[in-house]
Amino acid sequence: MSKISSIQKVLIIGSGPIVIGQAAEFDYAGTQACRALREEGVEVILVNSNPATIMTDGEIADKVYIEPLTIDTLKKVILKERPDSVLPTLGGQNALNLAVELEESGFLAEHNVRMIGTNADTIRMAEDRELFKEAMARISQPCAESEIAETVEDSLLIAKRIGYPVVVRPAYTLGGSGGGIAYTEEQLHAIASMGLHRSRVNQVLIERCISGWKEIEYEVIRDGNGNCITVCNMENFDPVGVHTGDSIVVAPCQTLADKEIQMLRSASIAIINELKVEGGCNVQFALNPESFEYCVIEVNPRVSRSSALASKATGYPIAKVASKIALGYTLDEIENEITKKTYACFEPTLDYCVVKIPKWPFDKFVHARRSLGTQMKATGEVMGIAPTFEAALMKAIRCLEQNMFDLTDAELDGLSDLDVSERIHAVDDRRLFAVAEALRRGFAMEKIHSVTKIDRWFLQKLQSIIAVEKRLANEPMSKELLQKAKSFGFLDETVAKFSGISIEEIRGLKEKWAIRPVYKMVDTCAAEFEAETPYYYSSYGDENESRPERSRKKIMVIGSGPIRIGQGIEFDFCSVHSVWALKKLGFETIIVNNNPETVSTDFDIADKLYFEPLTPEDVWHIVELEKPDGAVVQFGGQTAIKLAGAIEKMGIPLLGTSFDSIDEAEDRERFDAILAQCGIPHAAGRMVFTCEEALQAAHELGYPVLVRPSYVLGGQGMDIAYSDDDIREQIGIINTIAQEHPILVDKYLMGTEVEVDAVCDGVDTVIPGIMQHVERAGVHSGDSISVYPAQSLSKQVEDTIVDYTRKLALALRVRGLLNIQFIVKDEQVYIIEANPRSSRTVPYISKITDIPIVHLAVRTFFGETLPEMGYQYGLQPSKSLIAIKMPVFSFEKLYGADVNLGPEMKSTGEVLGIARSFEEAMIKAFQGAGMHLLTNGNVIITVKDQDKEEVLPIAKGLCDLGWTIYSTEGTSNYLKENGIPNVRLNKVGGDAPDILDVILSGTIDLVINTPSKGAEHRRDGFLIRRNTVEAGIPCLTSLDTANAFLRCVQHVEDTNLSVVDITKVSSFLVFL
Amino acid sequence: MAFEGQGFGEPRDVLCEVVFNSAMCGYTELLTDPSYAGQGVVMTYPMIGNYGICYEDAEAGHPWVEAFIVHSVSGIASNFRCDIDLDGYLKSNRIPGISGIDTRALTRCLRESGTMRGMLCFGDQVDRDEMKRKIAAHVVPNGVSQVSIRKPRDYGNGSVKVALLDYGTKENIIRSLTRRGCTVRRFPNDTPFEEIKAWNPDGVMLSNGPGDPQACVKEIAELKRVYESGIPTFAICMGHQLMALSQGANTYKLKYGHRGINHPVKELKSNRVYITSQNHGYVVDAGTIDSSVAEVSYISMNDRSVEGLDYKNGRVFSVQFHPEACSGPLDTGFLFDRFMDLMGGGRV
Repeated sequence: MSKISSIQKVLIIGSGPIVIGQAAEFDYAGTQACRALREEGVEVILVNSNPATIMTDGEIADKVYIEPLTIDTLKKVILKERPDSVLPTLGGQNALNLAVELEESGFLAEHNVRMIGTNADTIRMAEDRELFKEAMARISQPCAESEIAETVEDSLLIAKRIGYPVVVRPAYTLGGSGGGIAYTEEQLHAIASMGLHRSRVNQVLIERCISGWKEIEYEVIRDGNGNCITVCNMENFDPVGVHTGDSIVVAPCQTLADKEIQMLRSASIAIINELKVEGGCNVQFALNPESFEYCVIEVNPRVSRSSALASKATGYPIAKVASKIALGYTLDEIENEITKKTYACFEPTLDYCVVKIPKWPFDKFVHARRSLGTQMKATGEVMGIAPTFEAALMKAIRCLEQNMFDLTDAELDGLSDLDVSERIHAVDDRRLFAVAEALRRGFAMEKIHSVTKIDRWFLQKLQSIIAVEKRLANEPMSKELLQKAKSFGFLDETVAKFSGISIEEIRGLKEKWAIRPVYKMVDTCAAEFEAETPYYYSSYGDENESRPERSRKKIMVIGSGPIRIGQGIEFDFCSVHSVWALKKLGFETIIVNNNPETVSTDFDIADKLYFEPLTPEDVWHIVELEKPDGAVVQFGGQTAIKLAGAIEKMGIPLLGTSFDSIDEAEDRERFDAILAQCGIPHAAGRMVFTCEEALQAAHELGYPVLVRPSYVLGGQGMDIAYSDDDIREQIGIINTIAQEHPILVDKYLMGTEVEVDAVCDGVDTVIPGIMQHVERAGVHSGDSISVYPAQSLSKQVEDTIVDYTRKLALALRVRGLLNIQFIVKDEQVYIIEANPRSSRTVPYISKITDIPIVHLAVRTFFGETLPEMGYQYGLQPSKSLIAIKMPVFSFEKLYGADVNLGPEMKSTGEVLGIARSFEEAMIKAFQGAGMHLLTNGNVIITVKDQDKEEVLPIAKGLCDLGWTIYSTEGTSNYLKENGIPNVRLNKVGGDAPDILDVILSGTIDLVINTPSKGAEHRRDGFLIRRNTVEAGIPCLTSLDTANAFLRCVQHVEDTNLSVVDITKVSSFLVFL
Repeated sequence: MAFEGQGFGEPRDVLCEVVFNSAMCGYTELLTDPSYAGQGVVMTYPMIGNYGICYEDAEAGHPWVEAFIVHSVSGIASNFRCDIDLDGYLKSNRIPGISGIDTRALTRCLRESGTMRGMLCFGDQVDRDEMKRKIAAHVVPNGVSQVSIRKPRDYGNGSVKVALLDYGTKENIIRSLTRRGCTVRRFPNDTPFEEIKAWNPDGVMLSNGPGDPQACVKEIAELKRVYESGIPTFAICMGHQLMALSQGANTYKLKYGHRGINHPVKELKSNRVYITSQNHGYVVDAGTIDSSVAEVSYISMNDRSVEGLDYKNGRVFSVQFHPEACSGPLDTGFLFDRFMDLMGGGRV
């Protein structure tokens, strides 16, 4: 077979915003797929609501629609573009669901659009619990005993029959959302009702609990001719019971003999054959550790987080191969890109070990429940590669960037043995360290195994790391010992910590004994064939395979590490674009990064990829070998910025803004001096180190004040304090995140927040556009709805912003990017903060203004001026369109996390609404974020006293539209007094039904709640908001958002939503 | 070229032919595969011994490799079926091993320079010149006669009688047949055809085995007669090469062989690709096959070399790879069914 000639124009459905359970992996897969299709001359039409992605670039797809991922949008795009095919397997669960819905409605058939890759029958068979069970029964593949329930009562009956504990799995949801393990009837009642609510088809599966079994995954590929291969198998460190997205995962499997491996491999192939998948498929198994008994947990007939991990772990580009298969190619026709000598129809073999560790957001949500179960909670992940598990694990730990560099957790130091013993029972993000601590204290391995069910092999590996810790502490340093510690993945500072020898001395010994890492290639074939890919990891072996290029100048780009709240996929977008820009300028490019989900770590982005932790030592070794001519840190977010000083010390020139300037922007006193020098006003503030100093500062400035640590991202640890109590609580939280830097206390100004991204060439700046936030200052910019172009600024304010931007860029000696946030209050412009680096808004503003910001920034590094690149200095003329960026949250997955918006960022992703009118753009943005814009329904409004006056017009507006308003005492009375009818609800804990009962009853469509201050999580507001998000109801905690919502529902019926191809943005009329 | 590491298993000096295997699991099967007789095997996967040794997974009663070369040996053997750890197993079978070496560097060296002779030397003081002399003088012995059974032995109790010519058979070939209802009589490698015929078999199975097929002059001569007899015959690996030699084709040595469990082969008739287990250093030369005698049925997708032959008499077929797997994928087990069909027997 070869390419099916009738496939000319393919619609690809993206995965939408980053949420927990669906992160950058789909941008990676989608980008690879788009490139693969275009390589074959196929025209690619892309729909994805996420503007931060690389796949939504005009260079990646032919037509790009950044539109809400709804059936309505897809129909419009299909009617407009007339694709002959749709490829639904690259956009995660969302895209699969949408494609099936389109197919079931008959729309695809009606318009002669075929589903390629995997068809609707296959998707249904894999996703519908009953059909799946039947399919597995046909091929004698065991599933855990289970039954489908459509009501809570059914669930209880089924569980009684199967026996507790049972696992509840809602059908058609993402990342196990709404599921869980129930040990009692009571728990089942709660979990099942939630799960039924969440499921698209109101089904949950009640399943025999096999927690404690080994969890094994296979990535399988099948072509239209029935050829099957398994790309990779993976074993979870955490046994069944923890969502695979929240598990530490190892590739390949470590504790299975060939008999088990082949048994599960054959099962995977039988399954993919039965489902007739054409492309990639992920199969998850539970394997009884005491027998050959196994069962199939889940099958995903599409690319997934696991397939991204498998691709990076093996070097085998699953998404690319899957896309070629969708076009009709067979595995034996597709070249292996890595070796260029073999074909895609082989099974990669590894000669190293890969360890993935999830990145959890518990540092941001300090009150969220940290326990791990069937509901995924991680926002991202990191991967360590090394010849041994020990070293790969140690690498992965330091990739997480949580101030931990080894297997010790300072928090456990003071605990009693009894406490430690309790900690190993808790299945949470810290269990790895608790288990290590238990081993360190000499707990019996058998005891730990029986509690955790973690395989003894993994425990023994932890034990051997601890043995090295102990040797370092107890033995005199020797060449053999240092070599061992380094080969086990210990950093110099870790060796220093345990041995008590100074870090300088250790470096001296390394020099003396010639202990340094070599770099090995990830080549898919364990060196059997010569490979062409420049994909490397460090190892303490003999032979170095990475030959530095000497003929061309080369630049090292520091990536942004794992996806986390505050540092998302945007920074990968910027890193990748900087690599492309540098390549275009003729440089050899080197990227260093450790996130397996991203495009930047794809093997053909940079000329060389080092898959390594981003610590000074790890980067130093690469620098030592490569001797790059320059390094770029301004695109990799805070991760890269943190390395700026270290890299400069290595003698490598930082391209663009210098470390000194970065420090100037971050260091409060220096920054204040610069502002004074430029005459730019800012909120008064103080820099403090202790709680007492903070209180004093607050008193001097007057409440409310903004309290935040310096040198953090996404406003981590930042909050508005209204009282001394607030200050004390805040400082406490900040101190838990190992803060070495000072704490900033600023006067809080309430005004309109405005943001710019500027490029500075050393002479002047270009500002692509000004963005205005819908929410007033106090809500983190990443959590605000952001409107381009700014809608309500006077010419004078705009001019001031441009002027300040220029002055500040020059004063900070910025070369490249500068992001500044301003507050506008009473026509006065104040600066909030300036970051001389790329920002969250760069991808969106580049796309919408058609100005390649990152490329311009890169060219300024080498002395080109902006006018030479064709751009006039100053604010660029606005496009005649409105683009609204809307944050997207994952609150429902983080039990215990408060959902109210504040100065600390909480959103995980974003969507864009683009249109010619404000209302239309806002409607699209809300829809893209998953909000239903109902013109009438039931809304609960409860606001704090200060907000009552302001909520009145919102309540009136909703009321006029026909909404029924519910509210508790204070708000209810106020509304009534002002002539707005409402239904009074009992407060939390009042007579039944109280407000929480009403929220959970399923009749409420929207909750507007503004939080009162204080130790508020103990307050009713918290319970109201938590119950709201857990019931899947939108919860608005800012009246500005509520206003925007009202404006949308007022217009939704008479607004005809268009679809906009952003590759045509440049043709939009420019108005001055 | 010298690599230093830590010894495990039996502390003993050995001379061997050094080859690498790229499988990530299945070291028990590999250690006990008689085709590795005389060879020191380098595992490209760095962590070996994780699940210990399960005796029931062995392909022979004892290991056949001459030496075992790995990056690191697991400090624990973790599997519910584990009988003994790797080190203990090698010690009790007097097989030397070495760990702590850069196996990827060694593999790359073998890939570039081809399979070579080598020596494992124990002790801190090693006379390198002496070692080099010994290596240069080392002659890789004819493996087949060394590993074959000495006198016939019967397995299974089925209705279909299969004569297995043992050039170093993996026991899973026998299990694959008995499981399908065969009685298998395992004959020594050089058994005269008369003796086989006298047992009146329904089919003849030719096994895998070590070394250079062209050295097996006597075996080749007997196979001519097996072929002429028209008895249904299925041959694997060494057996496949010997049958080809008996019908006028030639064999040559590959630079570094095919050893692993991820080798794609394509069935030319169906264009289907299968992932197979392979272990061979020699291969049938496609250019020397008389098209009136046989046609190529499978080729390697990696180097296009011959992976299977169908003989024109319709009674004989052979493959270079290992459909009996162990270790490796079970994808081509259907070839045993084809053999059963050819013998007119049943199947599982």
